[in-house]
Formats: sequence, structure tokens, C-alpha cells
Amino acid sequence: MASQEMEQLVRRDYKEGFVTDIESETLPPGLDEDVIAFISNKKGEPEWMLEWRLKAYRAWLKMTPPSWAHLDYPPIDYQSISYFSAPKRPEDRPQSLDEVDPKLLETYEKLGIPLHERAALAGVAVDAVFDSVSVTTTFKEKLGEAGVIFCSISEAVKEYPELVKQYLGSVVPQTDNYFAALNSAVFTDGSFVFVPKGVACPMELSTYFRINAENTGQFERTLIVCEEGAQVSYLEGCTAPMRDENQLHAAVVELVALDDAYIKYSTVQNWYPGDEDGKGGIYNFVTKRGDCRGDRSRISWTQVETGSAITWKYPSCMLRGKDSKGEFYSVAVTNGRQQADTGTKMVHIGEGSRSSIISKGISAGRSNQSYRGLVKVGPRAKGARNFTQCDSLLIGDQCGAHTFPYQEIGNSTATVEHEATTSKIGEDQLFYCQSRGISEEDAVSMIVNGFCKDVFQELPMEFAVEAEALLSVTLEGSVG
Amino acid sequence: MLEVKDLHVTVEGNEILKGLSLTINAGEVHAIMGPNGSGKSTLSAVIAGKEEYEVTSGSITYEGRDVLEMAVEERAQAGLLLGFQYPVEIPGVKNIYLLKAALNAKREAEGLPEIPAPEFMKLIKEKIAEMKMDASFLQRSVNEGFSGGEKKRNEILQMLVLQPRLAMLDEIDSGLDIDAMKVVADGVNSLRAEERAILLVTHYQRLLDYIVPDRVHVLVDGRIVKSGDADLARELESRGYDWVLEESAA
Repeated sequence: MASQEMEQLVRRDYKEGFVTDIESETLPPGLDEDVIAFISNKKGEPEWMLEWRLKAYRAWLKMTPPSWAHLDYPPIDYQSISYFSAPKRPEDRPQSLDEVDPKLLETYEKLGIPLHERAALAGVAVDAVFDSVSVTTTFKEKLGEAGVIFCSISEAVKEYPELVKQYLGSVVPQTDNYFAALNSAVFTDGSFVFVPKGVACPMELSTYFRINAENTGQFERTLIVCEEGAQVSYLEGCTAPMRDENQLHAAVVELVALDDAYIKYSTVQNWYPGDEDGKGGIYNFVTKRGDCRGDRSRISWTQVETGSAITWKYPSCMLRGKDSKGEFYSVAVTNGRQQADTGTKMVHIGEGSRSSIISKGISAGRSNQSYRGLVKVGPRAKGARNFTQCDSLLIGDQCGAHTFPYQEIGNSTATVEHEATTSKIGEDQLFYCQSRGISEEDAVSMIVNGFCKDVFQELPMEFAVEAEALLSVTLEGSVG
Repeated sequence: MLEVKDLHVTVEGNEILKGLSLTINAGEVHAIMGPNGSGKSTLSAVIAGKEEYEVTSGSITYEGRDVLEMAVEERAQAGLLLGFQYPVEIPGVKNIYLLKAALNAKREAEGLPEIPAPEFMKLIKEKIAEMKMDASFLQRSVNEGFSGGEKKRNEILQMLVLQPRLAMLDEIDSGLDIDAMKVVADGVNSLRAEERAILLVTHYQRLLDYIVPDRVHVLVDGRIVKSGDADLARELESRGYDWVLEESAA
């Protein structure tokens, strides 16, 4: 094909350009070892980090994308993606809210996002809008006093190389799966949290993250380590739709909990789901895994997923420690043409390990949603217990909900319970609310919020309120 | 207040109401009685706006407004309120939350601001005591795990809070023991007022010993075949429906 030759020519041009123009801010599309070297160099990484990335890349080349998920999307051309773009310079961004899509602003208003944050989220050049520097400094001081490290992963690679070397890839190895390998090769940024022995992190790592969340990029890498007896609550993402032109997202999150440590990880994901025909939405392929490495350690995942055109995501817990505990609370909402294949894996290795899974799936419009969950109990996990409850709610008659529970029980002393329900949002429930004077939209959001209550109560307070608002925005116009 | 004229209603192709006419004035309590399958519940459901019911001809006018042109929630906001025979369960939605949302929807339609929280709590406490319900009901999910009697009390509680202009109660007595019936009847009687009308749909006369109606209508095969005062209900109780059927056939 002539166009392919053209592309190769273009790429060759670029490669030459690459050598001479090392200061270039944005890479043209394409992925090879030079691109990875460029990213690593751009971030000022040490040699070992580059080697680590290259190992991932070489493994990735030999892998094939997973095809078992209940998802339907065209093959992704990985050579058509640009793997590095520097943050937009202030002069290239919208200069004020007047230049931002009014629809986006309307959504922020409905979600109750404070005015000063709206500009930041919409990508306006905000330096002067709010006082992020002093906020950042204050919280850094407070965390520093407690001995907590909270910084970008790039900074951690430079400042705390020993910690990064010790833990990075120790939960999700570079070769774990197709998307994790890709992420390991090209990740651009993300967060690093380290809570030392016996320290309970003095604040939820949340509000500030929203401010810092700009330009973390499409290949985000997060690593959270809690030493013995340490605790942290981490809130990822934000409820407002970020302006985002990247279509493919492949993030990796690794959590490590040592003896008696507790990590609570909450996510609200509201990326662009595409237009009514599903065009232009985000593809979200995430690997999230927590390692309950220590005895009596506990990892809790709470997620509210309403965005993305395609979601492929299974936050998991490796319950290695004796009496360790894994939890998964999830609300996934799909509307329009969205597709989600999501769930969790609880792998019981340690004796007396426990896990609970509560998954609530809501499908509306012409969307399709699957819950896929694995509960695996190993031979040494004596007395392991799992409780799984997954409920699906359908709105309208053109959407789909599917449940794929897998159980591999290698131990006769284990107790595994599974409950599943699928219900349609009742015409009767709607009529009942409406005949009390409540509008159809409010009624839907009331019924759906009721359905999700078990999960919402696991969210940190400020998130729970936003999550409810988010749900009604997502389901707007899904009935009638 | 409410005028139903020559109403014809079909459900899935079957004609249920075949030319029903009824006038209800403010301050009156009307009872619709009739054998099973006569169309009693259809009438109140159509007035409330249930979707599956198709009005093929006739009209319903409420305070000069064409009810059939109003959305379900508009009818409720305007003061037309239906108490259900089988109230649905809504898991995870607190009773108190539904009450507050409903009250505020009504206030918004009337151009009033949202009710302040202390005022709301005071109102609810008063009404829940009136219905002899425990305050814990407010924190429970709407109708979830409620006994039959609790569900009916809950319907009346909503009426007491929302203060409709026309309260329609569909078989509010079904499944109630005598004590629960008294509580429900007391609740309904407390709604009686000059500016308000009540429409009771019931199969048994029993309820009408406690809520004495001004007018009683006998509905047979989609039409009102006989109307009278409270004595008519008593007569039905002692003689059954057959004589009315014969009379109307004659």
C-alpha cells in the first residue's frame, strides 16, 4: 500500500529528525525502541529505568491483545499513536472559560464543581486563577512531617530510586498482560505514594490530586506502598470530565500492603464516552492490582465508573498474607454505546484470608456491560472466605448485562458465596415516584442511587456526593 | 373539582371503562364500589396517569384543567394523589428522602422554596406519630420489607405530608387487620376538609364504617350503574351486588 510506504517514509524522516532535534516536545506517531529511549531521556531517567522499559517493550512485541473480553472494538493501530506530548504551553490553551465548549461547562455546573476548578479542568491556562502553588506547599509540608512521600512517579524515579526499584513491577510485572507491558514500556507519569512503618497518612490524598491531575497522560503509572501498620486513603481521578484528546488509555496501578497495613483506593472515572454513535470515546484498558503482602493487611478498591467508550478493568487483590483482606466495591454505569467489561480478581493464598465483592452494574441506552470476577482459593489458604454480590440494573430494553463469575477453589475449608440479581428499572417504581410529583429524571436518579447505596457508602464523603450527581448527569435522558 | 365525562378506557385492546361519568366536589368523600373486574382500580389509575391505560374517548377535568394533557408528576403536583393498592418497593431509597423529594417537587411547582430541614423534620414527626408509625420507618427503604399494613400506613403518611386536593385511595383496606384499618381510617378522616375531596375505591363496605362517604357509586362492567349515600353501601353489604346487576340490566 502506497499510504503505508508513505507512513514509513514519514517515520524515517522523523527518526533522522529525532537525532538532531532532541528538544522536540511532541513525538510523531509510532513506537519503537528509539521512542522509548526518547521518553526515558526526556524524563531524565537513569539507565536502569530505560532497561526496565525496554524489557517490557520487547515482551510486548511478542504478545497479542486479549480477546476474551465481551467487548467489540476495531483493532488498535499502535503505530498511529503518539507516545509523548509535553503539556500544552499556556499560549496554546484556551485563554479563558469563554473559549471552552459550553456543554462541558454546563456539566461542571451540574456536578457542583467549584468555579476556580472548572477552569483548570477545562484546560484553561490557569496559573493565575488559583493559588495551587501554596496549596501544594502546605500539604507537602504536612505530609513531610509525617514521613509520607507523595510525588509524581517521574520524580520518585530520580529522588527515591531504591524504593522504586524495589517495588515497581513487583505487583504487576512488565510482562503481566498486553496492556501492562505497553504501559511499562511507555508510561509517562503518575503518582508515587510511600507511607512508612506505623504512619497513618494524615490526609486523604485527594483534593490536591485533582489539581495535580493535569497531563498525567494516557499511560499512567501509580505505585502505592504502605509499610507495616501504615494506612492511606487515595482518591484517583475526579468526577468532572477532563478535556482529553487521547483515545487509548492503558494505566497500571500497583498497591503493596505489608503487615497490618491498610490501603483504601477510590476511583471515580468519567472520561468521554463518545458521541451517541460511540464515536471518539476513550478506550480504557487498566491493570490495577493490590498485593496484600503482609499478614492482616487490607486493600480496598472502590470504583465508580461512568465514562469511556470501552472499559477493560479488573482491580484485584493478591491475598498473600495470613488473615489478609481484600475488598471490591464497584458501580459501573454505561449509557449510549458504551461497553464495559469489568470486575475483580481475589486470589486467596494466605491462610484465613477474606474477600468481599459488591458490584453494581447499570446499563442504559444501547450499552453493554459485563461483570467478570474470579475468586481463586489456593491449597494453603485454609479457612479462606469470599462473599460476592453482583447486581445488574437495566434501563430500557436495548441494553445488555452479563455476569461471568469464575471460581477456582483448591481448598475444602474455604467458604465462597455468590449472589447475583438482574432487574429492570421498574415501570412501577418510576410511576410510583412520578405519581408523588417527582419528575422522571429525578425518579431514575433516585432509584439508581438507591441501587448503588451499598457501594456509595464506601466512598469518602466528598466523593459520595459527587458520585451521586455524576450518576444523574450520566443517565440524563436515558428514559423515555 | 373533578369531572369525569363519558370516559372510555382500554387496556391491551380490552375496553375496561365504557362511558363512565362522575363529578366530585370539594369537601366530599366518594366511594366507588363494585365486584372484582368492574374497573374500579382502572378509574383511579387513569386519573393518576398510568401509561398502559388508553383513553379512547371522554374527558377528565380537574379544576378546569384537562387532566389527560398533564404529565404524571404535574397531576401530583397539582394535588391529585393516588394511594396504591400494592405500593412498590424501592431498595436503597430512604422513605424520608422520597417524602422530602415529593414535597419539594410540589413546592417548586407552587413557586415555593425548598422546605427548610428543621421545618420538614417537625412536620414529619407530627405526621408519623399520627399514623402510629415508628420513626425508624423514615430511615428504611421505601416499602422494602414492609408488611401489608405498614405499606398502607406509609401511603397515608405520604398523603398527610403532601396534603393533596383530591386524595384517591385504591383498596386501601385490603390486607389490613382491624387495628391497622382503624389507624388508616383515622388518617384518612383527618384529611377530610372543606377544600379537599377524597375518592375511595373499595370492594368491601367494612372500610366505610370508619370513613363514612357522602356518595357511594356502584361500578359494574365499566359504568356507574347506581349512586346513593352511605346507606347504599350498607345495603350492598347485606344484599351483595346481584340485585344491582339485575336492576341495571332491567
